[in-house]
Amino acid sequence: MSYIEVKDACKKYFQNGTETTVLDHVSLDIEKGEFICLLGPSGCGKSTLLNALAGFEKVNSGSVKINNNEVTEPSEKNITIFQNYGLLPWRNVLKNVELGLETKKLPKEERQKIAEKYIELVGLKGYEKRHPKQLSGGQQQRVAIARGLAVEPDIIFMDEPFGALDAITRMKLQDDILKISREEKKTIIFVTHDIEEAVFLADRIVVMMANPGRIKSVVKVPLSNCRNRTSEDFLYVRDKIFELFNLKADDYIDYII
Amino acid sequence: MKKILSLKNAVISIAILIGIWQIAYTFSGYSDALFPSPYQSLLALIEMIKDGSLLENIKTSMYRFLSGYVTSVVSAVLLGLILGRFPSVFKYVNPAVQLLRPISPTAWMPFIVLLFGIGDTPAIVIIFIAAFFPVLLSTVSAVGNIDPIYFKVAKNFGIRQPQLTWKFILPAAFPQIANGIHLAIGTSWIFLVAGEMVGAQSGLGYQIIDARNNIRADILLATIVVIGVIGIILDGLLKFIENRIMKAWGGQQ
Repeated sequence: MSYIEVKDACKKYFQNGTETTVLDHVSLDIEKGEFICLLGPSGCGKSTLLNALAGFEKVNSGSVKINNNEVTEPSEKNITIFQNYGLLPWRNVLKNVELGLETKKLPKEERQKIAEKYIELVGLKGYEKRHPKQLSGGQQQRVAIARGLAVEPDIIFMDEPFGALDAITRMKLQDDILKISREEKKTIIFVTHDIEEAVFLADRIVVMMANPGRIKSVVKVPLSNCRNRTSEDFLYVRDKIFELFNLKADDYIDYII
Repeated sequence: MKKILSLKNAVISIAILIGIWQIAYTFSGYSDALFPSPYQSLLALIEMIKDGSLLENIKTSMYRFLSGYVTSVVSAVLLGLILGRFPSVFKYVNPAVQLLRPISPTAWMPFIVLLFGIGDTPAIVIIFIAAFFPVLLSTVSAVGNIDPIYFKVAKNFGIRQPQLTWKFILPAAFPQIANGIHLAIGTSWIFLVAGEMVGAQSGLGYQIIDARNNIRADILLATIVVIGVIGIILDGLLKFIENRIMKAWGGQQ
């Protein structure tokens, strides 16, 4: 029995009388502590799969189970990080990170101490009193990550979290989330359409295809925890993924020969 | 610097207005009793301040205005927060609101006077009606326009009602609700005068009718100026409060 178990999940949308299959008999097992990337082009159902796991959407048929319990609604144990951060602009950084702790019966000082700890973890010490508007996109996403970590979730779902950031900021955050995931030992399900990002982060990459949305294959990334974006191994794995998407030009081989 | 500049603009603008008044007075052939000069109106204003009637009437009017406006805003915001969360219910409420909204609150006046008699109540009810619809509609649309991501975040962290309203919906909708509240303070103030002209024996609106009955056009014009000045002060006060809240909530504008 795996920690997370998706079995034969189907999801269809009806729009203007036409039916689109976004998830076509998707099955997937994920173990505790794994870093999984759902990778694919838009329309492949990767976000839908994530939303089903996070409890924001229900599948039409099949089952989605976490810890052997059917997922029916979002849970405080599984926190989702969104692409557009979802910070509350009327709260400062500290209060944003405290948000999830407010439903727990904690004394105020305790709450603040926990929030400060995670703000420091994501490298935003000294920014506690700032409002989200006064932060860059990367910093805002760090606040959202701190807010998620503060409630000590079992699983973190990330829905293209770095999609709105520039390339350099994105790499910096990739480094940090990789480090955090190793240190905090969280199970992370990470949606992306960026192949390099997936290779850099994941233990396993779930490669998905569109029309209908389905899993094409699951690729294990045989790289160590300390990854180098320019190492030969890295490029080898990346190439393998390129092949899966038929992105390598047909005459590519000839050209080399 | 900006403040001084806008003060300069205000002084010039009002000076021009008084200048036009003075010119109209000088060249029109009306008797002083019908169309007094700015100076004569100023004397009337001083007279009203001295005998205390102005302060008394301002107090009466402000009491009516504040009770009508505050109850209206509070109930419209509360109802709007509820209806905004239930669009399927609002679908049935909206046509009725749209039917009632364009009716001038003064049209209700005779009816209100018949029901409540002469006194504070008609003016308060008129102000209530005047403020209610703009605030209700802006609140409903503000709640409907809230970014769905806030609800996802709330659900994820297990935040339920009533926390959801205080922590998410109200602050997220606040800028747009504030627009409605701001719009309403102007209209309410306008209708206070109308309400007091018909349904009251005291207050600034009544003072205008009373001045007409005594053919004291100087008092009449002085009262009009007072009404305008109080209107500006109320607007400025509200803007100040709004800015304070916006600032406390991270200057989102």
